[in-house]
Amino acid sequence: MEELKLYTYIAVFGTFALYFAIAWWARADSTSDFYVAGGGITPLQNGMAIGADWMSAASFISMAGMISFMGYGGSVFLMGWTGGYVLLALLLAPYMRKHGKFTVPEFIFDRYYSKTARVVAVACLIIASLTYIIGQMKGVGVAFSRFLEIDYDNGLYIGMFVVWVYAVLGGMKGITYTQIAQYVVMIFAYTIPAVFISLQLTGNPIPQLGLGSTLADGSGMYLLDKLDLVVTDLGFKEYTTANLGSTVNMFAYTLSLMIGTAGLPHVIMRFFTVPSVQAARASAGYALVCIALLYTVAPAVGAMARLNLMNTIEPVAGQNLVYDERPQWFKDWEKTGLLKYEDKNGDGKIQYTANNTDKIIIDEKTGKEILINEMVKVDRDIMVLANPAIANLPNWVIALVAAGGLAAALSTAAGLLLAISSSISHDLMKGILTPDMSEKNELLSSRVVMTIAIIVSGYLGLNPPGFAAGTVALAFGLAASSIFPALMMGIFCKKMSGPAAVAGMCSGIGITMLYVFQHKGIMFIPGTSFLGGMEPNWFFGISPNAFGVIGAIVNFSVAFVVLQVTGPAPKHIQEMVENMRIPSGAGAAHDH
Amino acid sequence: MEENKETYWSENLRLIFICLTIWFVVSFGLGLLLVEPLNEFRLGGYKLGFWFAQQGSIYAFLGLIFWYGAKMNKLDKKYHSED
Repeated sequence: MEELKLYTYIAVFGTFALYFAIAWWARADSTSDFYVAGGGITPLQNGMAIGADWMSAASFISMAGMISFMGYGGSVFLMGWTGGYVLLALLLAPYMRKHGKFTVPEFIFDRYYSKTARVVAVACLIIASLTYIIGQMKGVGVAFSRFLEIDYDNGLYIGMFVVWVYAVLGGMKGITYTQIAQYVVMIFAYTIPAVFISLQLTGNPIPQLGLGSTLADGSGMYLLDKLDLVVTDLGFKEYTTANLGSTVNMFAYTLSLMIGTAGLPHVIMRFFTVPSVQAARASAGYALVCIALLYTVAPAVGAMARLNLMNTIEPVAGQNLVYDERPQWFKDWEKTGLLKYEDKNGDGKIQYTANNTDKIIIDEKTGKEILINEMVKVDRDIMVLANPAIANLPNWVIALVAAGGLAAALSTAAGLLLAISSSISHDLMKGILTPDMSEKNELLSSRVVMTIAIIVSGYLGLNPPGFAAGTVALAFGLAASSIFPALMMGIFCKKMSGPAAVAGMCSGIGITMLYVFQHKGIMFIPGTSFLGGMEPNWFFGISPNAFGVIGAIVNFSVAFVVLQVTGPAPKHIQEMVENMRIPSGAGAAHDH
Repeated sequence: MEENKETYWSENLRLIFICLTIWFVVSFGLGLLLVEPLNEFRLGGYKLGFWFAQQGSIYAFLGLIFWYGAKMNKLDKKYHSED
């Protein structure tokens, strides 16, 4: 056990020392470096940096755990968070790069020739990014609580401090090179345990193939068939067909995540840093390669973790694990409060079933009784971190996963904090309130903004509105309903006018926030659902996490109606849009 | 030149339309709407619809982005529109 602790400390401190060293070496000296890293980054480097930005606590720590328990329903995350890159590459990135500005609100300001539009864009961006960071904070809290063996709340406080030191120290330039290092650490930390576990279970070292292979236990049974059998025996839904509410809900959920991806400022910002329009298209491709490495492994991690968990608790059908003989990882996670057992029937054994009532239920199909569930809390967000220990992998692998999980949460939190701070200090203060602010003061104010954002999101992270991936999905819905439609119409509808876009953004994010906050509380503070007892998911069974696409449809519709009433954008704006559509003559990103 | 700009843009829109159709079919079509009939077929241990939802769609997205990029690079050259 001591060996594991030692390895974990070495992995975590070693990798962190590396990130800090790189951030220090490449520290930002000027405002333009602070935001976009001087424009001199190759598509592959940029792809890796986007990958690190992207693979947050939601993807790394949370997603496979969600898939583990949602089965087929978890596909919404897999398709949603990769399919958005197609939209980015085809619909936004090349044109926004051609236009060449530092931030998303700046682009909106130019395109919609309106300070109001810029302020609205800043507001939308802050709401979406803050929600996103709450999800990261949940991940940071889980990782630190496990790593330091303390409870979740204290883990979160320590995480807030580390994020603060990290994000405030360097700007984007530091972050770009640091994130390349982080990407490498993360992808190894994610795939190595997956390779080991795939080998153990199926004899195939490639997890993507292992998931579709037969088990190595000599039974000749396919892994997924076995998993379906094990979970349905205990009353859970069949793994490979378990739906997420309804097909309508899954459809809306996936589409929300896709268009949210293409509307998130910290990802779009990355495309301002490449040298040309062609490079912007290529960057989106390389980014997806880097991301797909993790996203195609995740379903294997999820399914195999579930199977291992089930096998640990009930190694042979009917012979459940005795609580006093539980493995070390079980004890470790109990300390964090994220895993809880309650011996309901007093037999000292652990039963894990879908029956959360206190009644014994008889399964109609098999005639066997489904015992009462005694695993009263299994936080989905612990699965990836616990996975290598559940599979009895060597200690250095467990240590590596801890380091990767922390890197994931930290890198994304830093990227988002940068997006928030740049939109406030660059767009709001320098752009509108105090145009004569010096560069030095701009840097200072962006650091103050980051500090405030960390405190607010940390506070809200104490009671997150869901598991990390679910919380992040809400952020995508907010971005989907506001930023994406405005950008897309800005490029593909040259007549689209400022007032119409503003009306669209306000109504899109407005209706999404109403729906989300009604379900989850205002800014996710528990007990503040304002309309009281409405049915959950009352709108066609669509869950709040999936509502972003409805907001986007409202956004588009309102914008087009207002456009008809108020008339098209002026001639010079339409010419600017035409120019945006032609790649030639794209200079470096420039300020006003 | 004006005419060039317009044909460049309409060729681009045509490419985008093709790509987005494929994008929709592999994810929402095969992975979601048609998942039940497709699950009758198998790809090794994977049910086919499940495979599209959790693996296949992602590979298709990758192919799409690079194919579109290559096509657009050609188009940029044809219209002397590259940087």
